Amino acid sequence: MTEILRVENLKKSYDGFLAVNGVSFAVQQGELKALIGPNGAGKSTCFNMLMGQLKPTAGQVFLDGENITGKQPRDIWRKGVGRTFQITGTYQSMTVIENVQMALMSHHRKLFAMRPRAWKLFRGEAFEFLETVSMADQADRPCSILAYGDLKRLELAIALTHRPRLLLMDEPTAGMAPSARIALMQLVADIVQDQGVSVLFTEHDMDVVFAHAHHIMVLNRGALIADGSAAQVRNNPQVQDVYLGGGTLFKEAQDA
Amino acid sequence: MAFFFAQFLTGLANASSLFLVASGLSLIFGVTRIVNFAHGSFYMLGAFVGITLMNVLPGTVGFWGAILLTGLAVGAIGAFVEMVVLRPIYRAPELFQLVATFGVILVIQDLALMIWGAQDRMGPRAPGLRGVWRIFGEPVPKYDLVMIAITPFILFALWYLITKTRVGVLVRAATQDREMVGALGVNQAWLFTGVFALGSALAGWGGALQLPKGGADLLMDFNIIGSVFVVVVIGGMGSLPGAFIAAVLISVLNVFGVTYLPQSTLVLMFVVMAVVLIIRPYGLLGREEVAGEHGQVGAPETPIRPYGRLGQTLVGVLLLALVALPLVVDQFMLILLIDMVVFALFAASLHFILGTGGLVSFGHAAFFGGGAYAAALLVYHLNTPMEIAFLFAPFAAGLLALGIGWFCIRLSGVYFAMLTLAFSQLVWSMAYQWRGLTRGDDGLVNIWPSSWLSDTIPFYYFTLAFGIGGILVLRHIIHAPFGYALRAGRDSPRQAEAMGIHVKRIQHTAFGLAGLMAGLAGGIFVFSKGSVFPTELEIGASFDALIVVFLGGVKTLAGGVVGAGFLTVIEDWLTRLEYWRLLLGLVIIAVVIIAPEGIVGTLRSRWAKLRGHNEEVVK
Repeated sequence: MTEILRVENLKKSYDGFLAVNGVSFAVQQGELKALIGPNGAGKSTCFNMLMGQLKPTAGQVFLDGENITGKQPRDIWRKGVGRTFQITGTYQSMTVIENVQMALMSHHRKLFAMRPRAWKLFRGEAFEFLETVSMADQADRPCSILAYGDLKRLELAIALTHRPRLLLMDEPTAGMAPSARIALMQLVADIVQDQGVSVLFTEHDMDVVFAHAHHIMVLNRGALIADGSAAQVRNNPQVQDVYLGGGTLFKEAQDA
Repeated sequence: MAFFFAQFLTGLANASSLFLVASGLSLIFGVTRIVNFAHGSFYMLGAFVGITLMNVLPGTVGFWGAILLTGLAVGAIGAFVEMVVLRPIYRAPELFQLVATFGVILVIQDLALMIWGAQDRMGPRAPGLRGVWRIFGEPVPKYDLVMIAITPFILFALWYLITKTRVGVLVRAATQDREMVGALGVNQAWLFTGVFALGSALAGWGGALQLPKGGADLLMDFNIIGSVFVVVVIGGMGSLPGAFIAAVLISVLNVFGVTYLPQSTLVLMFVVMAVVLIIRPYGLLGREEVAGEHGQVGAPETPIRPYGRLGQTLVGVLLLALVALPLVVDQFMLILLIDMVVFALFAASLHFILGTGGLVSFGHAAFFGGGAYAAALLVYHLNTPMEIAFLFAPFAAGLLALGIGWFCIRLSGVYFAMLTLAFSQLVWSMAYQWRGLTRGDDGLVNIWPSSWLSDTIPFYYFTLAFGIGGILVLRHIIHAPFGYALRAGRDSPRQAEAMGIHVKRIQHTAFGLAGLMAGLAGGIFVFSKGSVFPTELEIGASFDALIVVFLGGVKTLAGGVVGAGFLTVIEDWLTRLEYWRLLLGLVIIAVVIIAPEGIVGTLRSRWAKLRGHNEEVVK
C-alpha cells in the first residue's frame, strides 16, 4: 500500500492557544480512516488545514509525496482532493442536479465559458453521480428545500465529481437519522472499495466509526493520542480516559 | 505653528457634529442591518427644527434647550419612519430597506421645502459664545472650543450606554445575533424602533449643534451623507471610538485640505477611505462583517430557468412592438423610450453584478458616466468619428471597472459597497475638477451622432440594437457556465473554492463585464443627449440604478429592466408636478411595502400561487 496523504507535525495556534499541536499521521491508498475526538479537539481545524481553508502555523501536508501545505482550497481540489463540510454549503439558488453540474463544469474547466445553456452541460454525467447516492429522483428539485440528510448525500455526490484520490469528510452523517447514517457510511465504504478512493472522515457516532473505519485516530486537545485499528483504539487506556473518564460514554457521544 | 494649531482646532470642532451623525448611522446599521441613506435627512431636519425652536425660545437656556428638544423631536420622527416604513419590510431581502430609506429622503426633502422654503437659513449665534478667544495669537471661535469640549462627553455617554447599561447589552446582543435576542424574549420590534429613534436623535443633535457654524439648507442631507458613510466605514462599522477617530481624521484633513490643496477637497476623504480599506479591509477598529451573514432573511432565490415558450413569445411580441413603435408614436415618446432602454441596460449591468454576483456596488455610475465621458472626450478633443468613439465607451468603462475591481473585489458586503462608492467619487471629482480636460461642470457639449443617426428614428433603432442587445447578452451570460460560477460564488464561496472555482477571479471578470455594459449604456446616452455633465457620475446616479434594481427585484433576472422601465415612466409623469419628489418618494415606499420581493419577484410569487405551483416551496 502506498501513502496518499502524509501529515507532519501540523500546528495551528490562535493567539498563542494551540488548537492543533503537532499532529502527524498518514492515510494509505484505499483506506477508510476515521479521526475522532471530543468536541473542540481540533478535528475541523485539522481538516481545514488539510484542504487549505486555514494556513497551518507550522508543519507540512503531503499529497502523494507533493507538498501542498498552505495552498488554496481550489488548487488542492484540482490535485484530486474532495471535501464535504460539517455544515453543508450547497448552492441554494440551484437545483440538485445543477449543484453537481457546477462541480463538473469546474472539473472540465468550463468556468469562463460564455456559451449559454449551462443547465444542459454534463447533465447525463451529473445524473449518474446522483444515482450513486440515490438522489436521482430529486434531481430537479430546488436545493433550498432539501432535507438535511439529502443535502449530505448531495454533498457526497458533488465531492465525487472530479474522481478524487482522497476524500475529506467532516462529520458526514451529522444531523441524519441513525438508519440513514449507517446507509450513508456503507455507501462511502462501497465507493472506497470500488474506486480505490481514500477517505478521511471525522465523526461523533461511534457505531458508524467502529462499523466502517479501517483505522481510527483519536484527537484530544489538539494532539493525537491514538492511531490504529478499532480494537487497538478501543483498548487504549488514554482513549478510554478521554471518553469514559470524562463521563462521556461512546453511545452518549452520538449527538454531541 | 499657531496657525497650524488653530486649523487643527477648527477640524476638531467640525468633527463633533460629524461624529454625532456617524455614530447614529453606525448604531442603526449595527442593530437593524439597515443601510440608512435617509440619515442625512434627519441631520437636515435637525438643523431646520433647531432654527425654528431657537427663534421661539429665548436666551442661553433657550438655545441649549432648543438643541436638546430638536434631538428628541427628530428622534420621534425617526421612530415614526421606522414603524411606518421599515417595520413592514424587515423580512425583505438583505439591503432592500435602503430603497425605502431613499424614498424617505425624497419625502423629507419636499416636506422641508414646503415647511421652511427654498432659502438657506443662517444659524443663530450661540448666546454668550459669539466672539473668539485668542490661542497663541490666532482667533478661535468660542463656540468651536465649546463643541470640542462637549464631544468627548458625548462619546463617553454613548460608550457608557452601549457597554454598561442593560439597554446597551441588548443592543450589542442584537448586533451580533438578532434572531437569538428575539428567541430570548426581547421584543425586537421595539428594540429596533428604539435604536432607530436614538440614531435619528443623534443625527438631529448633529444638525442642531452645527447651526452656529453653518446653517440650514436643503442640500445638507446629500452633502453630509457621503462623509458620514466614509467616517463609519473608516472607523469600522459599529465601532463608536472608531467613528470618533475617523470623524476627527476626516474633519482635520478637510480643514488642511481647504487651506493647502483646495482642488483636492472633493476627493480627499474618499482617498483616505480607499487607502484605509485597502490596508485594513474592515476599517480602523472594525471587525469582519458580511452583510447577510446574520439572519439572512427572505426566501432563497429560486433556480433560474430561461423563459419557456410563453415567456419567449411575450418577449418576442414586446420586441416587435418596440420595433414597430416609430410608426405610431411621436418623437417625444421615442426619446422617452431611448432613455428607458439606456437606463434599462445600465440597470441590467448593475443587476448582473448585484443580483447574480451578490456584490452590492454603490458606485456603478462611475462606469456609465465613465463610458459617456470616454466617448465624449474623444469627440470633443480629437474629433474622433462617432462610430469609433461610441465603441471606445464600453471598452474604456470595462478597463476602468477592471482597475477599480482589482481593489474592491477583495472586500465584501458593506465594505465592498463603500469602496466602490469611494472610487466612483474619485472619478466624479476628476470630471468635476480637471477642468482642462473635462471642462468641469460646464460639461462636454456638442457630442452628436453621425449624420446617418442624427434623426430620432434611426437613433431609436440604434439604441434598440445596442441597448436590447446588451441586455440579451447579459442574460445569455447569466445562463452560461460563467453565470453559474458567479452564482456559486455568491451562494457559498467556501463550497465554490472547494470545487476549484477561483471566486474572486470570477467576480473580478464579472465586475469588468458589468462595467463594460454600463459603459455601453453611457455611450448610447451621450450621443442621445449630445452632452455629458459630471452629474452622470454622481452618487445620486449610482443610487438611481440601485433603486431600480431593488424595485424591480434583485432575485429575478428581469428585475433591473422592469424596474428601469417603471421608474422612467413614473418619473416622466411626476416631474411635471411641483412636489414630485414627495410623490415619487411615496410611490417608492408604497412599492417597497406592497411588493417586498420587488415588482417582478412579487408578481412571480403571486403567479405561482395562482397556478398552485407553490407546493414545492411550502414543503
